[in-house]
Order: sequence, then C-alpha cells, then structure tokens
Amino acid sequence: MRRLATLLCATLFVGCGPSRPPRAALVFASASLGDAFEELAAEFARAHPGERVEVHAAGTPQLVLQLREGARADLFASADEASMERVVALGRAAEAPRAFATNRLALLVAAGNPEHVRGLSDLARADLRVLLCGPEVPAGRYARAALARADVVARSASDEPSVRAVVSKVALGEADVGVAYVTDARPELGLVELGAAENVVARYTLAVLDGGDAPATAADFRDFVVSERGREVLARHRFGGAP
Amino acid sequence: MTPRRPLPAALAAAALVAALLFALPLAGLVARAPWPRLGAELARAEVRDALLLSLRCSLGAALLSLVLGLPLALWLAEGTSRLRALVRVLVTLPMVLPPVVGGVALLLAFGRQGLVGAPLAHAFGGALPFTTAGVVVAEAYVAMPFFVLTLEAGLRALDPRYAQAAASLGARPWRVLRTVTLPLVAPSLVAGLVAAWARALGEFGATITFAGSLRGETRTLPLAVYAALETSPDAAIALSLVLVAVAALVLFLLRRQWFPGGAR
Repeated sequence: MRRLATLLCATLFVGCGPSRPPRAALVFASASLGDAFEELAAEFARAHPGERVEVHAAGTPQLVLQLREGARADLFASADEASMERVVALGRAAEAPRAFATNRLALLVAAGNPEHVRGLSDLARADLRVLLCGPEVPAGRYARAALARADVVARSASDEPSVRAVVSKVALGEADVGVAYVTDARPELGLVELGAAENVVARYTLAVLDGGDAPATAADFRDFVVSERGREVLARHRFGGAP
Repeated sequence: MTPRRPLPAALAAAALVAALLFALPLAGLVARAPWPRLGAELARAEVRDALLLSLRCSLGAALLSLVLGLPLALWLAEGTSRLRALVRVLVTLPMVLPPVVGGVALLLAFGRQGLVGAPLAHAFGGALPFTTAGVVVAEAYVAMPFFVLTLEAGLRALDPRYAQAAASLGARPWRVLRTVTLPLVAPSLVAGLVAAWARALGEFGATITFAGSLRGETRTLPLAVYAALETSPDAAIALSLVLVAVAALVLFLLRRQWFPGGAR
C-alpha cells in the first residue's frame, strides 16, 4: 500500500516537473492558409526547440464564430480584413493585426482545361457548372467583388462554406470552374490565372489573441511567419508579399 | 408495482449530470433566442425559403422511403433469401456512418463522374448533385433506414397466422398485404415514417456534401442555420428553435412508440 502511495506521488511529481513539454499554441487559420501554415508550423518547431504550434484551418466564418464563443486559440490568421476586424471588435485580439501576405483569385478547372476557360467572363457561360464560396466566406466576397467590377453575372451552383470545399468539388469533377486562389493550384487540376485588371488582391492579416494558453509561443510564431524564412515558405505556396 | 429503492447518492449525482447535459443546450438556445424579434426573424425571405424547401424535401424523402422502403422491409421480414442479412447491414450503415461520408459516397456513385451518375448524366443530360432532387436523395439515404428497420420490426412481431388464414381463404398476396398485413402493422408504419421524416428534416452532412448549399434550391433549414451562424446568429437561433419545436412535436406524436409504458 505504501509502495503504491509512493508510486502515485512520484507520478504526480513527474507530471508537474519541468520535463513536461510546453503547451502548443493553437493557431486558427483561414482554410486557404492550411497547407502553408502546416509547413510553417513544422519549420517553426525545428527552429524553436521546445515550442510547438497546432494549426486549425477552416472556413473563416466558422473560425470567427468559434472565437466569438470563446475558443482558446492563441493566434488568428485571416484571409480578409473584414473577418479580422470582427475578431478585433469582439475584443479577442491582443495586438494590432499585421498584414503578412497577399493572395489573388484564380479559376480552378479540370486538368488540361477541357472547357477552354479563359477568364471571368466565362463564368457567365450557361454550359458550365460554376462554384463559388458563400458571400460570408472571404473567397466568396472577393469573387463577388471581382465579378461585380467586371460586370459579369455568374450563377454559382452552391454557396460553399470554404475554399477547400470548392477545390474538392472541382477535383471530383462535380464543377467545371471553381473560383479559388492562385495558392490552391494542385498538380491534378488546371488553374486559370486572372489578369491584374479583373483580379482583386486578398490581404491576409494575423494577430496574437487574448485568452489563449500559450501567448509567448504565439508571438514567436507570429515573428516567424513575418520573418525572411516565413516569407520564403509563403512564397513557395504562391502567396504574395505583405503590401 | 414493486416498491422502488432510491439510487445511491453517487449514481444519482451522475444521473443528474447526464440529465443536465441534455437540458442545458436547450436552455442555452431558449435563453439566447431573440424572443421579441422572433416573428420578424422567421418572416425573413431567406428563412421562409429554407422552411419551404425543407418541408418539400423532407416530405419527398419520406415519400421515397415509403414507396421504396415498404417493399424492402417486407422482403427483409418475410423473404427467404440468404442475402437478407447482408442487405440489412447495408440498410443500417447510413445510421452509423457519419453523414458527410455518406455525402461523399453519394457523390462517387451519383455525381457527374460517379459510378452510375456518369452514364445517367450522359443519357439524361443532368446529374443529381447541386439540385433539389439531390437533396431528396441525400435525405432519403440517411432517413430511409429508420423507416425500413422500424417497419421490419413491426412485421416480425405480427402473428403470421392472420396472413396464413387470409391466404387459405383464397386471398391473393396483394389482397393479403392490403387488407391484413398493412392494417395490422399500421402503427409501426406510421412511427417509422414520422421518424424518417424527422431525420430527413434534420439532415445536414450528406446534404451539404452532395447537394451543396444554395438558397431556395438546396439550402435546407439545417444548412441555413449553419450559413447564418456567424453573420446573423439571431436568425440561426430562430431557425434552430423551429427545428426544436418540430422535434418536440415528433416526440409527442410518437410517445406511445418510443416510450412504451409511458411515465408512471
């Protein structure tokens, strides 16, 4: 019995000891940042032994909703400024948001572009099944802004909840054209770039949050993302530099 | 009735926690509901669109369940094939499968590039994904098992001698079914149908994956709740209350089926 008690005490002490790895910082990132941020997180862990971030990438409205309801995230990286402003207005941001990357819209099509899609005006074609994100999603807002400016009326088959959903429906062959970002290029898909005149610039911002468990790690990760090394990773994923 | 003993205190406490787990989410919904503006929220055009679409699609799925599920339940209950065990597993699968997986599977089967969807699209020039018909199919896929399994259980509980007697008096199988079997099994049939309808009304994962989310065409009530959650939470809560009210109504209608013995 005494031995059992000793063992229990030992376990407790080990549990509280300094050898326990520090808590990972939880990073909420817009869906379009998913791949790039996973890579950034891996490089960050290599460059900062003992520090770790966990990336949760999802549709931006969903992330804002979770932050509104008190999710214990340490950092928010948003595909648009409107969503970041909401989070700031909720009082969750611990600092002024910082721009760290830009992105451009692009049209995703099947490999080889069998429908000969050239630009935004093709989105009005009746023979194509077009897919956009909903207007509450950054990619959907940017797409609607670009379409309105080009005076093109496109009928989306569905208001998809995240840019990931658009990519997967095009990959499955259920849509002919999906409006996504240049960063969504996939080897198995075709990508039609839009000319600067009909494109819009998506401005990505990030901010350390209040109410997280690892604010110090989050601040280190924020510095890593905006560092030379971080910019290289983002550029490899085809993101543009901060404006 | 045998006298009952009270639960030990620790078990009673755990039971209370369990009961609260079910009560508190409802309380949260009721507490946050925009009561003074509830009428206005529910009168919004996009809310009305979602309500009407949900009603149409869930009734369509219930009808599909009746027309296709009734023969299937009869075969499962009275057939002699060895395949019945396998088919029963197939029918049960959507009840335990995550609905999103069901949606992906439906895409791979009935999508434009799907197993049967591709030849169908070629022949008829259209495919189910992103259409209202696609919503009905997704809902039926998830909801029909509730009808089939409830009805099959009802059929198995029947005394076979009624049907045998009718047959021995010269009634043909159709007539036996119409005048003997179905009237006897009516309570299970109605209960299964209402359960399937309620499940169809609440369907989310398979629908958004297979049919997408477009206002007036594929955005049913649960999808509208999801789309409104961040941008107009009051509308989302109002819609949620509608779904809770429907669920409460279904429980009330089916109280004999689901709570046999009832409250004592």
